[in-house]
Amino acid sequence: MLSIQDVFVTFNPGTPLAVNALRGVDLEVARGEFVTVIGTNGAGKSTLLSAVAGDVRPDRGRILIDGKDVSKSPTEVRASVIGRVFQDPRAGTCASLTVEENLSLAASRGGRRSLRSAIRSRGRKAQLAEQLERLGMGLETRLGSHVGTLSGGQRQAISLLMATLLPMKILILDEHTAALDPGAAARVLELSAEITGEQTLTTLMVTHSMRNSLQYGGRTIMMDAGRVALDVSGAERERFDVPDLLELFRKTTGNVVEDDQLVLS
Amino acid sequence: MSLFAISGAIEAGLLFSLVALGVYLSFRVLSFPDLTVDGSFPLGAAVTAVAIVSDVNPYLATLLGTVAGGLAGLLSGYLNVRLRILNLLAGILTMVALYSINLRIMGRPNISLYGEETVFTPFEQFLGLGIWTNCVLLLIVAVAMKLFVDWFLATEIGLALRASGENPGMARAQSINNGRMTLLGMTISNGLVGLAGSLFAQSQGVADVNMGIGTIVTGLAALIIGETLIGNARVAGATLGCLIGAVLYRFFIAAALSAGVLGIQAQDLNLVTAIVVAVAVVLSQARRNRPGPARPALWQRLTRRRFQKG
Repeated sequence: MLSIQDVFVTFNPGTPLAVNALRGVDLEVARGEFVTVIGTNGAGKSTLLSAVAGDVRPDRGRILIDGKDVSKSPTEVRASVIGRVFQDPRAGTCASLTVEENLSLAASRGGRRSLRSAIRSRGRKAQLAEQLERLGMGLETRLGSHVGTLSGGQRQAISLLMATLLPMKILILDEHTAALDPGAAARVLELSAEITGEQTLTTLMVTHSMRNSLQYGGRTIMMDAGRVALDVSGAERERFDVPDLLELFRKTTGNVVEDDQLVLS
Repeated sequence: MSLFAISGAIEAGLLFSLVALGVYLSFRVLSFPDLTVDGSFPLGAAVTAVAIVSDVNPYLATLLGTVAGGLAGLLSGYLNVRLRILNLLAGILTMVALYSINLRIMGRPNISLYGEETVFTPFEQFLGLGIWTNCVLLLIVAVAMKLFVDWFLATEIGLALRASGENPGMARAQSINNGRMTLLGMTISNGLVGLAGSLFAQSQGVADVNMGIGTIVTGLAALIIGETLIGNARVAGATLGCLIGAVLYRFFIAAALSAGVLGIQAQDLNLVTAIVVAVAVVLSQARRNRPGPARPALWQRLTRRRFQKG
């Protein structure tokens, strides 16, 4: 489904500020696989997701979705097959549009937008309300509210719904619960697992919590210095706990994880 | 203030409400500080005037002026989107270039439309409203354009345009091509301004190459006055604010001129407008920087206070 082949990304190339964010990443993700991505700050997790989404163009290497090379297509073209939830709840939704308008933007993703009214029939409204009710955040009665008036957790839940509203191929979750309070974070994570399970979505989720990375999904990769350092799945992963992951990381890279947030949260 | 001055002020206000609608689309919806306006306004006037004196049907001439304005906006958008020139500079470049182009189109600094058939002519006898004819017609045009903008911004494309202006990153993730939205929005915005210029020339009976100076500031003043009075949370409110703001603004200017307040004369108009806009922007910034929920519009604050007293 998703194939990342020998991808290199350098920011500010040829300047003293050059950063080799990705240094030869190879990753094959099968259809319906839920991969959690973890790593210290600057390991290249977010860059990897940005490269898949199209915000960052690789210097070398290819990215294939369903066998089709998308390395050169811009974000808005890839968006027809990629759903995305950002870290910042404000990034994934439009504050001055209503809940309904935001959702209707997502409903026309990947299609040709026309001069038809974006807000359709009553039936459509009921359908959206039903979807919102599932989120369990009391949003079904707030279709007409401006998204800017909602809480971070509510906005992130809407972002998640927007990302998964249409059938698509790859879901990207970029530390999408990092900016939420613990309660909302847990709820949004639960929802993510629920929705991806239902629709058997191919998912990449960056998380800052080692515990979450093992708890959710079926495969965990750990990035280090722009490469995939660890890749565990299946029965091996089932037995894993946070200390095992740390130990394996130390053995593989010769480094000790010193990021407290990564270990403790 | 004479009746004639009042009708003139309302007429100019309604004309500038079209400019305010255009400015709303560029400055607010697209977040594109567009200065093309000072060039596309006289461009609309120039194209229409030349067409009318060449015996083109006035309605077709008005359409030509509108299209010309739209093309000017498209050019600014192109400079910004495709050639990656800073949006502010892109608008300034088009505006400066249009000064020369407008002179070329007209072949001289101004064209009189006195005695020519304009879009207003057939209605003068038919309506029998005397000096109020233009006001009535322009009110119809302004309301129609307000409803057009309301309708457009509620369509799928219009919604995409709003998302693109407010949150480009999110727009891309929803498969919206931000560059295309800028081109589209700038075309519609300056099309409205071109229409305003075209009708201005026909109602005043003259197209002048210098008539564009200060158009953008007047449009902004109208927009900001409207936002202060009505708020801009909803599109329909913001566009209504454009109409009311423009008419009120021109009305107060006319009143100040005729009463001789502070010795203001016609040539001080742009100075006064600039000061009004500067003060309004500073006030709205102070309001935005204050923590807490967004401040409700003036009418809401007034009615709320009354409720609390009762």
